[in-house]
Amino acid sequence: MLLAVLSGFIIATITPLAGKLFRSKWSVGLTAVPLALFIYFLSFIPAVSNGQVLLFNYEWVPSMGINFNFLLDGLSLLFALMITGIGALVYLYTSSYMKDDPGLDKFYGYLSLFMSAMLGMVMSDNLFTLFIFWELTSISSFFLIGFDNENKESRKAALISMALTGLGGFFLLAGFAIVANITGTYTISEMMGSGDIFKDHPLYIVIIICFFLAAFTKSAQFPFHFWLPGAMKAPTPVSTYLHSATMVKAGIYLLARFTPLLGDHIYWNNTLMIVGGITMVYAAFHSILKKDLKEILAYSTISALGMLVFLLGLGHAEAFIAMAVFIVVHALYKATLFLITGILDHETGTRDINRLSGLRKVMMPLAIAGFLAVLSNSGIPPSFGFVGKDLIYSATLHSETLAIFITVAAVVTNIFLLYSSFLAGIKPFAGKLPSEYKDVHMPDWRMWVPPLICGIAGIVFGIFPMLAEGSIIRPAVSAIAPEVPEFHLQLWHGFNTVLGLSAITIIVGILLYVIFKPNDRHNAWMNKFESFSPKSIAAGVNKLFMKFAVTWTNLLQNGYLRIYVLTVISFLTILLAYKAFTVSSLDINLTKISALTSAEVAVMVILIVSVLYAVYSPSRLAAIAAMGVIGYCICLVFIFYSAPDLAMTQFTIDTLTVILFLLVMYRLPKYVLYTNKLIRIRDAIISLIFGTLITLLALEVHHEPTNKETTRFYAENSYALAKGKNIVNVILVDFRGMDTMIEIIVLSISALGVFALLKLQLNEFDREI
Amino acid sequence: MEIILSVIIGLLYSAGIYLMLRRSLIKLVIGLVLLGNGVNLLIFLMGGLVKGRPPIISATAENIGLIYADPVPQALILTAIVISFGLQSFAIVLIKRAYIVVGTDDLDKMHSTEEEDD
Repeated sequence: MLLAVLSGFIIATITPLAGKLFRSKWSVGLTAVPLALFIYFLSFIPAVSNGQVLLFNYEWVPSMGINFNFLLDGLSLLFALMITGIGALVYLYTSSYMKDDPGLDKFYGYLSLFMSAMLGMVMSDNLFTLFIFWELTSISSFFLIGFDNENKESRKAALISMALTGLGGFFLLAGFAIVANITGTYTISEMMGSGDIFKDHPLYIVIIICFFLAAFTKSAQFPFHFWLPGAMKAPTPVSTYLHSATMVKAGIYLLARFTPLLGDHIYWNNTLMIVGGITMVYAAFHSILKKDLKEILAYSTISALGMLVFLLGLGHAEAFIAMAVFIVVHALYKATLFLITGILDHETGTRDINRLSGLRKVMMPLAIAGFLAVLSNSGIPPSFGFVGKDLIYSATLHSETLAIFITVAAVVTNIFLLYSSFLAGIKPFAGKLPSEYKDVHMPDWRMWVPPLICGIAGIVFGIFPMLAEGSIIRPAVSAIAPEVPEFHLQLWHGFNTVLGLSAITIIVGILLYVIFKPNDRHNAWMNKFESFSPKSIAAGVNKLFMKFAVTWTNLLQNGYLRIYVLTVISFLTILLAYKAFTVSSLDINLTKISALTSAEVAVMVILIVSVLYAVYSPSRLAAIAAMGVIGYCICLVFIFYSAPDLAMTQFTIDTLTVILFLLVMYRLPKYVLYTNKLIRIRDAIISLIFGTLITLLALEVHHEPTNKETTRFYAENSYALAKGKNIVNVILVDFRGMDTMIEIIVLSISALGVFALLKLQLNEFDREI
Repeated sequence: MEIILSVIIGLLYSAGIYLMLRRSLIKLVIGLVLLGNGVNLLIFLMGGLVKGRPPIISATAENIGLIYADPVPQALILTAIVISFGLQSFAIVLIKRAYIVVGTDDLDKMHSTEEEDD
């Protein structure tokens, strides 16, 4: 099982290495991987349909409770079959669709990465691996949307989707952390049954907000839906696979998986119902106004996702059944329509539905596939979609609150969806064939077989719903709902309200198709509302952030060294002064002062004079000389107060510094007065205040009792342990020998740098400057 | 003596900071040297001033007497002096180099890594 889940990662590492092989016609061989996985997962159906929950545990980081715990129940299996099944078709399709693309190997790599991540996500029983796989799907989605990386629009769309889903990821991690904290385990299956702890917990609201934000961004719910139409910049196989059939359902999966734990609460159900409801109506309405096939499909996908969230929100077993069925239905018909769109785009070079027509005459198998998908999408018998829509209507009718209202919302959505499916699946094939498309021919079989398979599957499941019922739908529902009532999927329920609603949907939808044609005027009308759409608001917020960041950076990082120094010093001064004068009142004790000799006074006077000279001298030479004098004076201070080693070092170093300075000085420019008087006065005041503060602190600290324990240790053990009599030396070369060693290394590096800078020959380029 | 030394430390700090706030590269380095000296003196003062008692055990004895200058700050300062020499020498050579390449020692004209158009 571990191999099955991770196989995509292995492929993703191999493909770029063996790039050439997979760019050739052998790329079709990769289809074997998802196909094998699909068959592998099919083999679990008997066990899972018997109600078994299979667990596979592999240790990863056991010390932190992060393990590959895979759980296979109905819900995981439903998703796993979808991921691998649709995956196999998409792999096959891609090998022809992208056969001329130089990045085909990379493309397969990303696709495999995604497949593995998605499989891992739906099977993870461990919160952390679930999170990691969740993020991996976002990352692979980012790469796939931006696959055409020379196109600015693609890159922008990839960034937007990454930003939004990544934001959701943060909240997911936060939500998981709280959940793990409350239950004390990272394993989801161990948490099951402790739902009551959550519902009474004060953090319940916070948890569900985190989960909602994660799921809504991932599954493109209003108001985060806008990344999905943008994501259509990706190559069509990606739109099919990630952005309609699988990845966008990750949010649905998350909500469904945690429904037994967090669900059945008024906040949970109502939020899902409201958000899902708004999304489905809003997006369905948008889908009928678009002319671009992929945009139509994008909005109808969003609408379908809204429908799924809405059904989860209804919260009773019947709604869950409808949801499980609808997931399958939607994956099948939407994959078909997307794949067809890809072919049309590939063969005719346009996705404008007003230009496409009559193509059935040249692409009969595709027209059939499209027609079958439309049947399923519109819920016309005998498709599986009809079964699904019946279930949705009966679920809304049996809702405890507002049954009429939400049923109307569902019907309206379905009418719009029917309309948009006609646009996508029938319009391009119906009517007269324009002369410009006379030469259009059928694509390679690898491209038209996958949509046909999906289309036919939608009908087969419709005619024989029992195929799906016991094997996968019931186990999936039982993973969400505590108890599943007896149910049978069937086409014919007899004459009742549900049938009536279906009939209304179909009739009104077809009427709408006949009367209403999308055109530019509708789009222009919609664009008027663009300025306050969620997308524009997000863009505005983004711009505001950028502006703030730029201002802030310019304020703090203006590129002038002295401004940095000034800021640091001013801040430090204020901080020190505040501390010195308020917290510990300044207390200077002058009793323990040592006496002065005349020699010392003389040295001090020389020191003060040279400091002033170093600062004010207009000559570089004088300033450097003064600097040298300061160094020698300090050397004398060290001699007066029992530090012969320091005196020697200071003497040598000071001499060396002055010599080095003088050596390079003749190559340097003369002093120029760069600043005006006002700035000089300002700087002088700030530095004087800082200096005074240091003086005061030095005076005060001097009388604080110091801890001499370290000193005593060195003094006592210098000879006893290290056989050295100069304690300073012993400290440096013995007790702290390693530090000195590192210091020598630092000096060597600096020496190398000096040598390189002095000896480096200027190349032509530098000399020109 | 401590008072005078404290004042001088303050003076060294002020002078160092003031020079570092100038736009000239040479002044920046001189300021750095002065500031380093001020810091060394401050550490030295904190260790306490002891006259004529270096932290050296006499040739005959095995133990140091009761009063002696603190060797720990001395060891620290010794390290600091040497390291700051490494810094200073590198800085000095770097200014020379920078001046040759850029043609100015005005820091304000060096705040960008991009080449100027003029």
